[in-house]
Amino acid sequence: MAAPKKSKGLKTRKRQRLVIVSAALIAIVGAIILITFALGGDSLNLYLQPSAVMEKQVPAGKRFRLGGLVATGSFHRDTDGLTYLFTVTDCAVDIPVKFKGLLPDLFREGQGVVTEGRLNKQGVFVAETVLAKHDENYTPPGTAPKNAEACSHPEALSALKKGGR
Amino acid sequence: MAPEIGHFALVMALMLALLGASVPHIGIHLGNRRLMALADRVAVGLFLMVAISFGCLMYSFVTSDFSVLLVAANSHTAKPMLYKISGVWGNHEGSLMLWILILTVFAAAVSLAGRKLPLHFRARVLSVQCLLAVGFLLFILLTSNPFLRLNPAPAEGNGLNPLLQDPGLAFHPPMLYLGYVGLSVSFSFAVAALIDGEVTPLWARWVRPWTLMAWIFLTGGIALGSWWSYYELGWGGWWFWDPVENASFMPWLAAAALLHSAIVVEKRDALKSWTILLAIVAFSFSLLGTFLVRSGVLTSVHAFAVDPARGIFILIFLAIAIGSSLTLYAWRAPKLVPGGLFGMVSRESALVLNNILLSCFAAVVLVGTLYPLVMEAFNAGQISVGAPFFNYGATVLMSPLIVALGIGPLLAWKRGRLSRAAQIMLPALGVALVAALAVLWHSSGQLIMTAVGLALAAWLIASVFLEVAERTQLFKKPGRFWARAKAIPRASWGMSLAHAGLAVIVLGITISTAWTKEELKLVSPGDTVKVGAYDFRFNGVAPVAGPNYTAVRAFFDVTKNGKKIAKLAPEDRVYAHPMMETTEAAIRPLLTGDLYAVIGQAAGGGKWSVRLYFKPFISGLWTGALMMMLGGLLSLSDRRRRIGAPTGSKAKKPSTKLKEA
Repeated sequence: MAAPKKSKGLKTRKRQRLVIVSAALIAIVGAIILITFALGGDSLNLYLQPSAVMEKQVPAGKRFRLGGLVATGSFHRDTDGLTYLFTVTDCAVDIPVKFKGLLPDLFREGQGVVTEGRLNKQGVFVAETVLAKHDENYTPPGTAPKNAEACSHPEALSALKKGGR
Repeated sequence: MAPEIGHFALVMALMLALLGASVPHIGIHLGNRRLMALADRVAVGLFLMVAISFGCLMYSFVTSDFSVLLVAANSHTAKPMLYKISGVWGNHEGSLMLWILILTVFAAAVSLAGRKLPLHFRARVLSVQCLLAVGFLLFILLTSNPFLRLNPAPAEGNGLNPLLQDPGLAFHPPMLYLGYVGLSVSFSFAVAALIDGEVTPLWARWVRPWTLMAWIFLTGGIALGSWWSYYELGWGGWWFWDPVENASFMPWLAAAALLHSAIVVEKRDALKSWTILLAIVAFSFSLLGTFLVRSGVLTSVHAFAVDPARGIFILIFLAIAIGSSLTLYAWRAPKLVPGGLFGMVSRESALVLNNILLSCFAAVVLVGTLYPLVMEAFNAGQISVGAPFFNYGATVLMSPLIVALGIGPLLAWKRGRLSRAAQIMLPALGVALVAALAVLWHSSGQLIMTAVGLALAAWLIASVFLEVAERTQLFKKPGRFWARAKAIPRASWGMSLAHAGLAVIVLGITISTAWTKEELKLVSPGDTVKVGAYDFRFNGVAPVAGPNYTAVRAFFDVTKNGKKIAKLAPEDRVYAHPMMETTEAAIRPLLTGDLYAVIGQAAGGGKWSVRLYFKPFISGLWTGALMMMLGGLLSLSDRRRRIGAPTGSKAKKPSTKLKEA
């Protein structure tokens, strides 16, 4: 077995390992910088219930996820026939929501919903997406109010109790 | 009777798995070949027991035996037969049964197809498979028994979630699981090699077909899932960076990296410990995916049950499996004999770059997926990591990968010449630039990302073509093209096809993202909506009845420049068991793109809200995935890579050559 001929392209084993490890390190550091950079922007959405929105005084135009129950009797259609207005509540605070689009099949008054969008200057939450719960056996995480007993929407409460969690 | 037989068979399987996980090691220690050979019998017996058990469960579903709790909770007599069968794995317990079934299928396959592996090594591999089976069998028997009886038996079952009653989803879980669990073979091979303390090019040759197979199935499973969400969820999206999707994507990335690094081990006897680590990591991602989906820490359409005991069991299993294999790695990997050297510019380096980028991307996806869980665990509030984060990561990390992918296959092993590769690839660079400039000019500089995406796809397709042309000397001696093309091994054709598939996927993503036309309208019968170049005429609605649902069906005639092109009939279905509405989009794939129509709510006065799309070249996503799978299959069919094919002197050749080098 002849010893490997040393030439420009061929480095020693240690050198080679060093190059690979440093390349991997640079890539990982780069990825971490990327992560911190990207996480600072719009891609990280807080998930809030109406009370928390009130508490934190979320500024208009800040994107977040709003979760809660669709208040009974609050749902109606705007004049254009495509925009829907309803109230999301956690039984303490109500937030009016506006959504233009097709509502998911499972959207119901008195049931859990998760919406994503921004508050406008009038304090109306303009939703870009609306996700309803997937089946009758569960409520989306965090849509169940913590103070359900104090709920001022009795029908929502009963739906909640039935839904569990 | 069947459920009891199934339950009993499952307990027998556990006993066999315990036997198989321990005895072969004793046999190897004592040098007793009969004890080692026991592993083979156990593997086959284990498969038979689990198959009997799974068959019993399926029998209960097919015959709608509602005295079984699981059947009552998830099935219904009015369900079509296909969904009675797919209902077996449309729930937590059943999907675990499918998992263990596939695990034992692979164990039996290693035993039967791996007859040419050395006996002691095969015994080790099988005993690791058995150990994994022990974990999952315990999980099923202790926390998720599918055979629990219900007394009194209800007259009718609950039915299956209608969203899951779909041909795409009937085959999505088995496909995905074949991929997930297929990686367990690579894992077992890696652990066995660590115990033996030896990794040879031959090892890589054994492990590659299994990894390739798992990767093909994963690709298919992910593509099917994405296709399902595209047409079933009714908003035309095909990927949401949902944690459950990420859970399948991470093992895919790791498996793709493993495929490539194992090539380096096989051909050049280098990157050994890295490859072992990747094999462990890839399967760990599979386990993590199972944990995320099955433990109930995530809630989505995939999370069937929320039971803390299950979550804790999986977490412990995860910790033991990943922790012990990584510990074994830390202990044994430094003892592996380091392998061949290579220069900075070489095929090896290109594959290292591929591995670094793929692993980094997997890490980014992992962080994005787990970040919300970690934040919630520390009571920092609920947050979600949105698509922009992942899209950003994908763009930054995958763009250099695609650039390198064009050049890599042209570099020689050990020491390549960049100038030669660059010379050959010059036309591809030209094609990419032309594509980018055309988009920029056409959109007057608006669509920068689209230009980049198209340039990358054009670069990749052109470079795959140039690479094949170079191999066959298409331009130098075109007359001998066929003779040369035949001489190229199938594995190379597989590589080219899979790489071209990636290009087609990039093309599909870029074009459909940039030029999708969408209209949300309120329409009365007779109205026409213009979507891009297409006119959708609404002809009203009619009620229809299916086997277990009723629906409102809308009718659209689509014309282009007055010429009739297609009829679309989207539905809004109301399923009876369970009571649930689903949207059935109507999709008509054309050469240039998909026509896509969804019907929403009635707005009174005969008006309906509808959403209409034209999605250009979106089928590129699935065509590309199919090309990747076919490329994988082509490579798998390569005579040289048939499982266990290398024997005796033939197998020795590569390793002796390497020693001389």
